[in-house]
Amino acid sequence: MSLRPRKAWASHMTNSPTLIIMVGLPARGKTYVSKKLTRYLNWIGVPTKVFNLGQYRREAVKTYKSYEFFRHDNTEAMKIRKECAIAALKDVKTYLTDENGQIAVFDATNTTRERRDLILNFARENTFKVFFVESVCDDPEVIAANIKEVKVSSPDYADVAQDRIMDDFLKRIECYKVTYEPLDPDDYDKDLSFIKVINVGRRFLVNKVQDYIQSKIVYYLMNIHVHPRIIYLSRHGESEYNSSGRLGGDSGLSLRGKQYAEALRQFVEEQRIPDLKVWTSQLKRTIQSAEALGVPYEQWKILNEIDAGVCEELTYSEIQDKYPDEFALRDQDKYHYRYPGGESYQDLVQRVEPVIMELERQGDVLVIAHQAVMRCLIAYFMDKGADELPYLKCPLHTVMKLTPVAYGKTNFLTGPECSDNLNLTCPIVKSQPDPPADRQLMIWLLPHRPRNLPFEQGKAEEPILIMVTGDFTLMNRQLMAKGEKCVDRVGRLLQEYEALFNEVGCKMESIYLNVEAVNTHRDRPLNVSLTRTREEALSTVPLHK
Amino acid sequence: MSLRPRKAWASHMTNSPTLIIMVGLPARGKTYVSKKLTRYLNWIGVPTKVFNLGQYRREAVKTYKSYEFFRHDNTEAMKIRKECAIAALKDVKTYLTDENGQIAVFDATNTTRERRDLILNFARENTFKVFFVESVCDDPEVIAANIKEVKVSSPDYADVAQDRIMDDFLKRIECYKVTYEPLDPDDYDKDLSFIKVINVGRRFLVNKVQDYIQSKIVYYLMNIHVHPRIIYLSRHGESEYNSSGRLGGDSGLSLRGKQYAEALRQFVEEQRIPDLKVWTSQLKRTIQSAEALGVPYEQWKILNEIDAGVCEELTYSEIQDKYPDEFALRDQDKYHYRYPGGESYQDLVQRVEPVIMELERQGDVLVIAHQAVMRCLIAYFMDKGADELPYLKCPLHTVMKLTPVAYGPECSDNLNLTCPIVKSQPDPPADRQLMIWLLPHRPRNLPFEQGKAEEPILIMVTGDFTLMNRQLMAKGEKCVDRVGRLLQEYEALFNEVGCKMESIYLNVEAVNTHRDRPLNVSLTRTREEALSTVPLHK
Repeated sequence: MSLRPRKAWASHMTNSPTLIIMVGLPARGKTYVSKKLTRYLNWIGVPTKVFNLGQYRREAVKTYKSYEFFRHDNTEAMKIRKECAIAALKDVKTYLTDENGQIAVFDATNTTRERRDLILNFARENTFKVFFVESVCDDPEVIAANIKEVKVSSPDYADVAQDRIMDDFLKRIECYKVTYEPLDPDDYDKDLSFIKVINVGRRFLVNKVQDYIQSKIVYYLMNIHVHPRIIYLSRHGESEYNSSGRLGGDSGLSLRGKQYAEALRQFVEEQRIPDLKVWTSQLKRTIQSAEALGVPYEQWKILNEIDAGVCEELTYSEIQDKYPDEFALRDQDKYHYRYPGGESYQDLVQRVEPVIMELERQGDVLVIAHQAVMRCLIAYFMDKGADELPYLKCPLHTVMKLTPVAYGKTNFLTGPECSDNLNLTCPIVKSQPDPPADRQLMIWLLPHRPRNLPFEQGKAEEPILIMVTGDFTLMNRQLMAKGEKCVDRVGRLLQEYEALFNEVGCKMESIYLNVEAVNTHRDRPLNVSLTRTREEALSTVPLHK
Repeated sequence: MSLRPRKAWASHMTNSPTLIIMVGLPARGKTYVSKKLTRYLNWIGVPTKVFNLGQYRREAVKTYKSYEFFRHDNTEAMKIRKECAIAALKDVKTYLTDENGQIAVFDATNTTRERRDLILNFARENTFKVFFVESVCDDPEVIAANIKEVKVSSPDYADVAQDRIMDDFLKRIECYKVTYEPLDPDDYDKDLSFIKVINVGRRFLVNKVQDYIQSKIVYYLMNIHVHPRIIYLSRHGESEYNSSGRLGGDSGLSLRGKQYAEALRQFVEEQRIPDLKVWTSQLKRTIQSAEALGVPYEQWKILNEIDAGVCEELTYSEIQDKYPDEFALRDQDKYHYRYPGGESYQDLVQRVEPVIMELERQGDVLVIAHQAVMRCLIAYFMDKGADELPYLKCPLHTVMKLTPVAYGPECSDNLNLTCPIVKSQPDPPADRQLMIWLLPHRPRNLPFEQGKAEEPILIMVTGDFTLMNRQLMAKGEKCVDRVGRLLQEYEALFNEVGCKMESIYLNVEAVNTHRDRPLNVSLTRTREEALSTVPLHK
């Protein structure tokens, strides 16, 4: 078995690098779509990166004064803007030719034929395929919402009053309108491959789709929507096998598992979501958890837990005795490791992809699944790569509540909407006075509490538990070693949380429903390098305690 | 366990019946798309049926005279045509409300707003969802090809000379053009849900997709193409487990299996397909079969064989001993039966659906897979339902060659079955005696001489031939009659699904393990009745 990471499952379908070129006036959601599409493509295993021209421009011109910069007759500014585009394309080339990138998303207005022809020539020279994504929107309400939500927090307007921002930005749009030449499917651009997304997905025009990945992109863009909704993810209640520390199998719920199912029923009722869809796997433990809810639910076979092959139904100690090499090989590259006769996390991502597509299409959904499956789903929403995915913390008896935010940004810690209140409202929160030791790195907050007030961990009457995904066991150790205080740490984690949230456009809350359970998982081993040989890997198998 | 067939996997996504309304001038491929889409939807488990207005019209007006019938100012004809539409809609209603249909495809020109509004009112009254599929094509070559391939064989032109057909049909199109009002996405029709397919999939306009099934339909229509290509399906070579009669597992090829892999390599070379893609499962037996070809190939985990759960790696006799009930339950409803801890055929169809979508997108592909998986794939192409699917014959060491034909029918009085390379096998083994042996390029009226041809083609029409054979023999029928009849059936099937299927045995023997369809199994039996009549495995 080679330790080299294998090629991603979807990558064999793309035979040459592709350049996706966004087209559209400002505030048409281009950046939102670029980021979201990139997150999806990376998740299915196609290395993709966004190149945002605005960042290059801000790099070149440190301070933004006003919309005058974007006037088409501002020759000096036009020169700078073209230089920025050329610099960005140079980076695109490096990414696609030297850094194993497969898709580059060029996020800029690209509203003139001149600019698009320049990019097309660049692509032709480098034999990159080209696919245009044009966002056309003439609904003033949508545009205003986008400006309000996104542009007010733009670095361009860091020290500008809110009313002036809207005014300046609308003028900026007018500057672009003067020279805007939409893609012309009937004549000038009829031989190009593109999708026009009209009024936020109300209508689509699709021209000359060239290959698998373009067809995948079109299907994805046609399924996403921006209506507000909530996705709840939960593992089943503790199963008989969980309580005895066995992997996989198809056992029913333990007594505590049944208590969780009841707690979940209460939780769901208290959330008061009309038309909440409930999906389970086809394994007993998720079905029994859903049965307790007393609402209709759908079983999806593709939500079944990762197939552990020969290790199914064994405890970690038994695996260590019977297959001593497997732990080392799995630790070496957990994402690509395939259990003998079973699946890898990579296989699993491929398997659950239709669930993601359907989640994007749907409104409010509760998914009751399994640890490895949930890790794959969370990785999609929170943009976690192959390295972090298999170690995401998904404890039992905890609901993950995901609230995607259209167009990405809300500064809920510092932003205008939240003022100095933490806008994390969770209608119902269970208190747990003494969080167990292995979850001590989750953060306990009072809702609606100004964030400058001191936190008193474990004493709040109605705390919210926020869990930022990541390796906190490790981070904690490091913090403690440096003698840092809990409050500092919480503050820092909140900042990180906000940054992550702004990047992925999705709020994640982790709500523990106060029913104890046995959680079995192996922590990420230390000092594991992907460049180790098989022999080195085998000589350093960490023992399972 | 309930013996009632469960709901199909995709059906929970559609919450009310949907009426798909085709729109477009004659010869725009509406019927082709209707049939193909219907086949796909049925295969993924959404009961769907085409209602072709032309058939209603031919029913009402027995003989077609000329294009004059379709003139918009022919008031008498217009009255008949409207009555036909109303009759068809009545049948649509019965199908969607009383016969468990979920989707009805209304295949007609529907080129006027008046007609579409009539249908929309009908749908509103019955709370059916509506999705329009408009085919717009202004490429004269495509239109001429469609007329040549499809319309010349239309019952309307049964006794008409070929040159007159083209002329009359073009005039018929002109009649429709006078009143054609395309869907207007900017104003009149902006609130409707539809897809415009422009110039055979070169461009698409998609408006207001309402739900899962409409999004699925759009994705499907965007992935199908009409370029000529060939799909080869083969099982792996005989595995160690095949030769010892064990199910599933992950054993390597037997000696004969390796011989087949070599024969497959020769076959593939002789087919001379540049850029042939090769796909396998992730099990050893298909990978070893592909390795022998010496060309690049892709492994798809979703092509792995059906998971037989607790029955994995057992022989049929062992299953009979250990799990005596399972045979009876499986025979009762093989499509929906799920092995304990394993999969059902229904699960399998759901699993391999992305393969079908990708096959539709691709050019020439050779898929090396497994018996149950191949049955699912063939069922899609040959339009076989849940009843027939699990019993389709997919013997080892046999390549199925599928040649989809754009726009379906293709007729002359020659069976146009050409197979460049065919292996001869003078003595077909007894269990394959119902396959048909043909000389290539041979007019179908000439007598066949089974087993004597030097370069015979083996055609296998999927179906239960063991049973049919028994019945034929009992009636004392001759082989030649039977072959002739099978050919007729084959031609009819071919015309219906728009796909030619050849089965080419590569002359390496193998042990084929499968259970025949049991006799006298009724879906309405109780569990107890089913259990009391377990057929023994010999």
